[in-house]
Amino acid sequence: MIPNTFEYTAPLTLKVALALIGEGGKPLAGGMSLIPMMKLRMAAPEHLVDIGRIAELNYIREAGGELHIGANATHYDVESSPLIVGKCPLLAETAGHIGDIQVRNRGTLGGSVAHADPSADYPAALQALEAKIVLTSATSQRTVAVGDFFIDTFTTSLEPGELVTEVIVPVEAGLTGTSYQKFLQPASGFAIVGVAARIRREAGKITVARIGVTGVSGNSYRALKAEAALVGKAGSDAEIDAAAALVGEGVEAGADLHASAEYRLHLAANYAERAIRVALSRTA
Amino acid sequence: MLTGTATYVDDIKMPNMLYAAMVRSPHAAANIRSVDISKAAAHPGVMAVYTGVDIKDVGAIVCGVELPGMRKPHHTVIATDRVYLVGHIVAVVVAKDRYVAADAADLVEVDYDVLDAVGGPEQALAEGAPAVHPQWADNIAFKFEQKGGDTDAAFASADVICKQRMISQRMVANPMETRGCVASWHAADRALTIYTSTQIPHLARTILAGMLGLDENRLRLIAPEVGGGFGCKLNVYPEEAIVSFAAMKLGVPVKWIETRRENFLSTIQGRGHVDYWEIAAKRDGTIVGVKVKIIQDLGAYFQLLTPAIPTLSVLMMPGLYNARNIHAEIVGVFTNCVPTDAVRGAGRPEATYGIERMVDVLAAELKMDPAEIRFKNFVAADQFPFATATGLNYDSGDYANTFTKALDTIGYKKLREEQATARKQGRLVGIGISTYGEICAMGPSPAVAAGGWESATVKVEPSGKVTILTGISPHGQGEETTFAQIAGDELGVPIDDVLVLHGDTSIVQYGIGTFGSRGTAVGGTAVYLALQDIKEKVIRWGSMLLDSNDVRFEGGMCIDNASGKSVSIQTIAAAAYRAMKIPTHSEPGLVATRFWEPGNFTYPFGAHIIHSEIDPKTGQVEIKRYVMVDDIGNILNPMIVDGQLHGGASWGLGQALWEHAIYDDAGQLVTGEFMDYAMARARMMPWIESSHTCTPSPVNPLGVKGVGEAGTIGSTPAMVNSVVDALAPLGVTHVDMPLTPEKLWRIISASQPEAN
Amino acid sequence: MTQTISVTINGKPYTHDVEPRLLLIHYLREVVGLTGSHIGCETSLCGACTVEVDGRAIKSCTMFAVQANGASILTVEGLADASGKMHRVQEGFWNEHGLQCGFCTPGMLMVSKQILDRNPSPTETEIREGLDGNLCRCTGYQHIVKAVQAAAKAGV
Repeated sequence: MIPNTFEYTAPLTLKVALALIGEGGKPLAGGMSLIPMMKLRMAAPEHLVDIGRIAELNYIREAGGELHIGANATHYDVESSPLIVGKCPLLAETAGHIGDIQVRNRGTLGGSVAHADPSADYPAALQALEAKIVLTSATSQRTVAVGDFFIDTFTTSLEPGELVTEVIVPVEAGLTGTSYQKFLQPASGFAIVGVAARIRREAGKITVARIGVTGVSGNSYRALKAEAALVGKAGSDAEIDAAAALVGEGVEAGADLHASAEYRLHLAANYAERAIRVALSRTA
Repeated sequence: MLTGTATYVDDIKMPNMLYAAMVRSPHAAANIRSVDISKAAAHPGVMAVYTGVDIKDVGAIVCGVELPGMRKPHHTVIATDRVYLVGHIVAVVVAKDRYVAADAADLVEVDYDVLDAVGGPEQALAEGAPAVHPQWADNIAFKFEQKGGDTDAAFASADVICKQRMISQRMVANPMETRGCVASWHAADRALTIYTSTQIPHLARTILAGMLGLDENRLRLIAPEVGGGFGCKLNVYPEEAIVSFAAMKLGVPVKWIETRRENFLSTIQGRGHVDYWEIAAKRDGTIVGVKVKIIQDLGAYFQLLTPAIPTLSVLMMPGLYNARNIHAEIVGVFTNCVPTDAVRGAGRPEATYGIERMVDVLAAELKMDPAEIRFKNFVAADQFPFATATGLNYDSGDYANTFTKALDTIGYKKLREEQATARKQGRLVGIGISTYGEICAMGPSPAVAAGGWESATVKVEPSGKVTILTGISPHGQGEETTFAQIAGDELGVPIDDVLVLHGDTSIVQYGIGTFGSRGTAVGGTAVYLALQDIKEKVIRWGSMLLDSNDVRFEGGMCIDNASGKSVSIQTIAAAAYRAMKIPTHSEPGLVATRFWEPGNFTYPFGAHIIHSEIDPKTGQVEIKRYVMVDDIGNILNPMIVDGQLHGGASWGLGQALWEHAIYDDAGQLVTGEFMDYAMARARMMPWIESSHTCTPSPVNPLGVKGVGEAGTIGSTPAMVNSVVDALAPLGVTHVDMPLTPEKLWRIISASQPEAN
Repeated sequence: MTQTISVTINGKPYTHDVEPRLLLIHYLREVVGLTGSHIGCETSLCGACTVEVDGRAIKSCTMFAVQANGASILTVEGLADASGKMHRVQEGFWNEHGLQCGFCTPGMLMVSKQILDRNPSPTETEIREGLDGNLCRCTGYQHIVKAVQAAAKAGV
């Protein structure tokens, strides 16, 4: 299938890109979601601003106890970066679950985050990591907590003219274990349910628990009740089960061809259990 | 293919070639108030836009099947006043490139009066259902009945009768290459050349010549490399006629390539059965009778073989068993959906699934081991040839032997013990058996619409190189290799000296094509027979050259039995074309053509066993082992055979676990893209342990039976039986396909609330 | 309307004026004339169009030609070396009968190369996961898995 016509610009600097985006240009990152939608003529932007050539968006670095990842890092970059694998393994592990080799080679962290697909993998990890998203426009820059960034299905707090330019995740201290567990939609490879767990256990007691969930509803979220249920516990099977059972509580689950709301909620609990269990096993 | 130089239809480029884009109905049922082409026609780069009125002289789509009392819709290639499926063509745009054609197709404005639609066969039969075709209010296309023996008496005498409704859901063939064609018109000669992605070049030529009003011998149809067919390219579709029409009107070549979305909406689909099975047996497990009522979703109109497919199911319904009393009824039903037709297995998977499930249902009812009940009912090795209650004559087999080999391979007895232990731990472990049979090598001409013979020409060129022209049209089945092997063996020439040509009606003598697992068994036999004629000629020429009356042909040499002197086939070929001297009762050249009419179908069979376990928490099925033992007669190329079986299994497992063409009540296909229609990917397939037994077929001199569909037919019931067996402790006796995790999870959680 | 792009494909330089909406697969197939890479879907799910762009396997149906401006592209036509000797993944597919209709094969070869470039001795599971973006409707994948295993062995 054939996209509609559009104007195309590929600026080399962020400054030029932001000016064009400010004039209504649609940013094109890896294009893994946007291009198929254009081919099916479900999207028809008039002006594409290809940010793929902007070198200043292509970095992964550590600063101030955090990892700063430029928006143009591909999923493969995230999956294979020694810095991310070593210091924020949850994000690397999650990136490895996205799509397939070809999609990971081309799709970018910034593009995926900005697209806010409710079945995307990253949001679960970013929620669990309490990541921060840097949004830049021609005139401003702000850093938004991930919980405030994702608003709803395909909806974020990006204002017109703003671009996702960086994602900030914490450097994991020792004693923290993480895991991402995903139940695949068999045709598309997207997550019907994806759960990221990040748990710190000190002296046999869980001191920090963060659980991010994707796929279940129109928006990713942190399972606060499940997190609370874990803190202070040793992490016995019964405690894990009890906490995991709370993952879908109060959540309005989505339903589609591939899974009913009831099944999604059930899977969320089940996959939370797996994620917590694996994360705990990695705290040692 | 490995180097990117193979030519598929979209790789063909001609000077001045234009591109066609179809304008298709977004509605499943609607009256067309008007079609406004003005904006599209005025779009820069558009050469022509045609509607149904423009193309009214092109003939309607051909269905090659007649059943008594059948109602046959008249399906014109472009709709004029009514559409009855999503994807129905309402106009065609021809433009300078495919981008412009796509743009202009969006500019065609069609005013529809949308009507209620029928999205499935049981909805079609419901009281007050909308009529797919207004002239046939009950939506019934035909009713068909077949009886063998006396089922009334058999059922009356039975100790136990089991009944089960089961569905063989619609599935989409989805060859990786969609359909497509290029047509080129030479006005001076009134000659048309069509390149099209088809399994049946000659039949397609005959049909298209008729539709277009052309002399058949002036229509050259070429099947280039074809990227998979699986039955869906065993057809002539509206687009091939439309593109030809446009090429003839415009005087330049026109190309059309189907998009994947169009493939979902306009290329025939498979299955679409709702079946009501009954099986009657004695207390000891002896099957005495089988009944089935088939409701076949035919779709909105008929493609080439649409109504015939459920009749193939009926033929296969006794399976491998001594069931002497059978009764089948078919109700063929119109729906506002894509037509169903022959898709890998074509009627036999539905039947095999039904009978193999029913045998398991019966075994469960009688508390018998499903292996034991099969042994009890198999047609015995000494009963062949075996006349079935459905009128077939099974050629050869030893079902118990093949099944035993499969049971031994998987370690059946031990596996059952392990299952018992696992069950005590609350695990859901299943062992599923399918002992399937099928009808292959389609087939004797009286039984196949358009003929069931096949042709071959073998030419030994003056240099001794061998050219084979086969009437079949291989597209991945590997007959280019297999036939070269046969020629190599028969003529004693290196395989690299043999070239197999096919798929071009101007090069190859008339043939039928590739489908129904017939390539090697029917097409290969024609090759074999032509080679025998060649050998006879070679001996005649060799005798003359050696001046002997006592020569033999061996290893590519004619040898004088008395002196041991010899002459090679290459030397003989040169002499036969030079023709300085010609043997008595002979003629120059070394060419032979044979048309072979098989006396029967062939009947491959096999045993597939799947060991699976269901995760009770998610309903996800894990295949732990898959053992298949197939008997397809003699095997000419083991690697090709295994490739066919593996591929077939990916389809059968797909039907059992993942694939489903789901239509909503408005007739919209909701799994109409790869993002929603799940098929086997590498990570979803188990490692398959494949082996064979061999009972050569007496039907053809090669002793082969056919393998293209066996894996598809054998695998589905093994998978479903395995899952149902895993769920047996929960009282489950049947689950309809596809066995999605959610479906299984619901069953498990309904019966084990404490587990969740 | 059109923009000028320059790319290197299989070691040869090309320059063309193209519409921005021209997909890379259509550029390769129709403008350059390299028809080895195929189109099997619109949704980036079949992988038949896989080529390497700057050393990374990507689906060329989900990339605009203008995005590849300046890039070095490797297609199936460039897999064999200059002398015509087949790449070890091609050898593997040939020896293990890793293809039937051949339509998915170019994409399978390209992704197989990427799998082995990154992981010289993958497990069966790693191979199957690596092939996740590529559909084959003929083979059931077993001979493809064996082909990649054979190619891996040949590389050791």
